[in-house]
Order: sequence, then structure tokens, then C-alpha cells
Amino acid sequence: MKSDTPIIKTTHLSKVYITDIIKTVALDDVSFEVNKGEFLAIMGPSGSGKSTLMHILGALDKPSSGEYVLDGKNVEKLSDDELSEIRNQKIGFIFQAYNLLPRTTALKNVMLPMAYAGVDIPTREQKAKEYLEIVGLKDRMYHTTNQLSGGQQQRVAIARALSMNPAILLADEPTGNIATNQAEEIMDLFKQLNHQGHTVIMITHEEDIAAHAKRVIHIRDGKIVSDTKTK
Amino acid sequence: MKFQELFIESLGTLTLNKTRTGLAILGIVIGIGSVIALISLGQATQQSIQNQIQSLGSNLLTVQPGGSVGQGGVRTAMGSRTTLTLADAAAISESPEITTIEYVSPELQNRSQVITGSSNTNTQIIGVTSNYQYVHNVNIASGNFISDSDNDSLNKVAVLGPQVVTDLFGEDVDPVGKTIRINSQTLTVIGVTEAKGGTGFNNQDDVVYVPLSVAQKQLFGSNYLSSIALTAVDANSMVAAQDEVGFFLLARHNISDPTSADFSIMSQQDIIKTITSTTGTFTTLLSGVAAISLIVGGIGIMNIMLVTVTERTREIGLRKALGAKKKTITTQFLLESIILTFTGGVIGVLVGIITSFVISKVTSSLFVISPASIMLAFMVSAGIGILFGWYPAKKASELQPIVALRYE
Repeated sequence: MKSDTPIIKTTHLSKVYITDIIKTVALDDVSFEVNKGEFLAIMGPSGSGKSTLMHILGALDKPSSGEYVLDGKNVEKLSDDELSEIRNQKIGFIFQAYNLLPRTTALKNVMLPMAYAGVDIPTREQKAKEYLEIVGLKDRMYHTTNQLSGGQQQRVAIARALSMNPAILLADEPTGNIATNQAEEIMDLFKQLNHQGHTVIMITHEEDIAAHAKRVIHIRDGKIVSDTKTK
Repeated sequence: MKFQELFIESLGTLTLNKTRTGLAILGIVIGIGSVIALISLGQATQQSIQNQIQSLGSNLLTVQPGGSVGQGGVRTAMGSRTTLTLADAAAISESPEITTIEYVSPELQNRSQVITGSSNTNTQIIGVTSNYQYVHNVNIASGNFISDSDNDSLNKVAVLGPQVVTDLFGEDVDPVGKTIRINSQTLTVIGVTEAKGGTGFNNQDDVVYVPLSVAQKQLFGSNYLSSIALTAVDANSMVAAQDEVGFFLLARHNISDPTSADFSIMSQQDIIKTITSTTGTFTTLLSGVAAISLIVGGIGIMNIMLVTVTERTREIGLRKALGAKKKTITTQFLLESIILTFTGGVIGVLVGIITSFVISKVTSSLFVISPASIMLAFMVSAGIGILFGWYPAKKASELQPIVALRYE
């Protein structure tokens, strides 16, 4: 299912945080391309800028300079609402901190992106149930987020990211809080999704998780230090 | 998202966070309730002060015999001359030229000894017609006031002030039906007036009212009046009334030079000035109280809304990250603010009304609630609540999602 059209293309991307006294360079001249259907792992020590890169790729943040073309569109030129639509339709983002709505059921959390997309309620509920079943939470659908463990919340976040069937799946440490056997299940799911044509990009610091990916990019001090195709 | 769905979502979010919603509603209730209670308290005080001034007879004009300067340049004591008659009074009330006078009360006053059984007192005897009651705002505590038929048929009846009742009969005695003696005439008590207050010569409670005809023919043997009290139709026509009556009486008494008039007219100008300035002071005070309580209530509501919405910046970031558009977010928060402020507003109005009612009962003062103050309190508070519920949400929805998500 591989295609050579770049779905993600960054050129001289950089991100600088300026406070009153300190200027921090989080990303420094990052240029790379990701084709449709790739399975990419981004690795790097903490503070290397990999999360910042992920946020920019997910259209949650804007670069200080450089250009980011997502599926043929220059992100910088899109309006706020157009970006919301892209996040809703094309990107499934799995946050490191899950970011679920507190005191809300798993089912409602998974239904939320579909609500913003205008999907009708019965379809929303049916799809949300499907995805919760895929991540193994069939019997926890009506639990509120505070009644779920860290790993379960992570899986709700994954189900939510999948709910809109996005072309790109961005995952920030998706297995960080999950036991090894469950992590393998999640990786199998990612591989399966990738096989179906989804582009998967994940951040991880675990070599064995990164080993599932077909391509690994190493980042250090905001710069790409290596970019290797493993498969 | 559709509007209806957003409304349900907003309601859901509000019921989900009961403590937060409860506190926000409480803030609004206190804000609106205190404004209404304070304004009501101020208005009740204003009303009761106005009532007290009114009871003195604010539109009162008094015609007394005797000019400002007497014959031969000697100024005689006011009221000591005999120039006003009952016919003058009747003419004033019947003249078609006089349009600004409402009531005419001819009066004959004299001090005399009043006797009953073993007690006696020296007090003011006033011969009156039924109009006296309206001109001087006399209220009856028991029995009746002097009527027109009492005057017409020379009924030997009397109405006593509460001080006289105490002096003659003792405390807590209803003297209606008992008899008193004035200048060897026996009169039957037919009523007692309500206490009005006052001291010394001016004590409006130390007085005996008798029919004017009885006073003139049987008690004091005089065909003249000691004064004619008049009420103008309203406080604004006092000057016009004074002129009308003055020229009318000059013509009636065939006097061409106003400086040699055989009567004088006094108006309660001082009282009117007092009323105007008191009312003015009170209006200013009331506006001040209303403004301060509106500001205090408004700041309270502003704080709770700002805190509540700012606390949810992360939630706003998350909703945006998942694809919510700015308008969807602001509409949701706007709806939440509207639901909150209206719920709090309705409860606040009720609490305000109940509080003012309880205060009026406890302090046995008037209970005044003006719809205008309720509207003002409600509109301002709801406006502030909605503005500060919507504005921070709008600001947060304009942030990059990741900035909102990182908000502490």
C-alpha cells in the first residue's frame, strides 16, 4: 500500500521559545518528508524537541520559521477553523498525558471528535463502541475517566484518535503507561492500521517499540541526527 | 455541532461539575440578591421619610386674619383680629376662579378647660368641619371624626387627641360614648385620633375637635374664624394657589391695596424645601447604594466566571485539538454562562425579595420592591455573568491548542 506522495513535508522547520531572559531553541532547521503509508518512529532523549515536532506535525502548534506542508496544504496559510477541521478529519493525535475530558465516560470521550465532525448520534455511538472494543475496553465503556487506570485511559485516548479514521496517526509515547503485553497489542493494532494505509508516526524512547516501525528518526538538540529505513 | 446538541452538552457539563456550578450560581445569587435587598431597603426608607413629611400636610396654605401691618402702623398679633368668616371659606370653596385648591377647612381655635368626672385638663379646642381631617391628615384610631351633619345639626360631640384621652381617662381607655364638659356644655366623645407626635404648643395629640358650629355658637360665642386651612391640588401649584386665594379675598373684602390686606396667607414653603432636598439627598444616596452594590455584585460574578472559565483553558485546548471550531467553543461557553446566570438570577431575585421582606418585617418598616430595581439588578448581573463567561472562553479558543493544553 505504499505510495511515494509525501503526506508530510517540512522544510527548515524551527521552533524557538523566547521568555524574558532565556531563548530556547526546541527545533533547529528540521527538514524531512513522510510518504503516505509510512510507519515512522521518532526517538530522542528528553528535551530533544521530539514532542515539539509532534505538536507541529499535529497542527497543534505553529513553527517559528520554516514551512510545513500537510497533504499538499501549507499549514501556515490555513485559518484557525481550517486547522481545526484538519485536526478533526486527517489527524488522530494520541497525547502523552491522554487529555481526556474529566468526569466523562469513555464512550463520550471517544464520541467527541465525531460530534465536532457532525456525525449523527447513533453512528457516533456505534463507531465509538467499535473502537473501544478494538482497544479492549468493551466492558469499561460507561466508566468515567477518573474510574479508569492510566493504561485504560491511554487506550481510550487511542480509540478516540482512531474514531475519525484519520489518514495520519500521531502518537506521543503511546505505550508509556501500558504493560508490555498490552504494548505489543497496541503495536499490532498500529501495524494493522498502517497496513490498511494509515500513516503512523510515534514518539518513543523504547528501542523494542521503535523496532516495530519501518523507519526511525533520531533527534538531538532539535536537529535530526539520523534517519534510517529499517524495513 | 447543532445548537440543540450544544445546549444539551452545556447542560451536561454543568450538571457534571456540581460543586463548580453550585459555587458559580451562589456567586450570582448573592450578587443579584444583595443588590435587590439593598435597593429595596433604600426605597423603603425613602418612602417612609416621605410619608412622615406628607403627614405634616405638605400642600397646606393657612389664611389668617390680620394683615402684615395693622392700622396706625401697629402690628397686631396674628389671628387676634376678626376678619375671616365662614362665608369667606364657603366662597373660596365655591368660586369657579379658584382652580388650584382641593380642600377648604375653616377653623376656630381656643384654649379651654376640659372636665370629666374628677379629672380636667387645659387644652386646645378646635372647631372644625369634616374637611379638617383631609387637610391636616388626621387619622381616626377609634370611632368617627366630626361629620357635616354634626355641624349642620349642632351636635354636641367631640373627637379627642390621644394625649387628652390619657389626661382625662387614663391609659388604654376607649372614651367613645363617654361625656366631657367644656364651658358648661356637655359633649359626647365620638372618636379618638391616631397619635401624630409633636410637643408643647404644637402637640397635635393634645387637642379636642368639636363641630365648628358648636364652637362658634355654643362654646366661644364668635362668628369669626381663627384660620382657614387650604390644600393645594399638588405641591407645584402652591404659589399659584396662594395668589389665587389672595386676590380673591382682597376682592371679596373690597381692598384694592394688597399691602393693607386684612388677612395673611402662609404656605409651608419650608416643608416643601425640606421635602425637595430630602428627596434629592435620598435619590442620590439610593443611586449610590445601588451603584456600589451593583459593582460589588458584578465583581463577585465576574470573579467566579473568570475563575471557572480560566480553569477550563485546558479543556478548551483539548476540544480545539479534537476539531472544535472557535465558534463551537464560544457558543458552548456562552450557553453555559446564560444557563448559569439565568438560574442564579431567578434564585437571586427570589432571595432578594425574601430578604427585603424579612428585613421589613423585623424592623417593622415598609416593604417596597420596584420592578425597575429587579430588572436593573438582573440585567447588569446577567450581562456581567455572560460577558465574563464568554470572553475568557473566546480568548482561550484563540490560543494555539497546545498553548491552551499546557495552561496551568
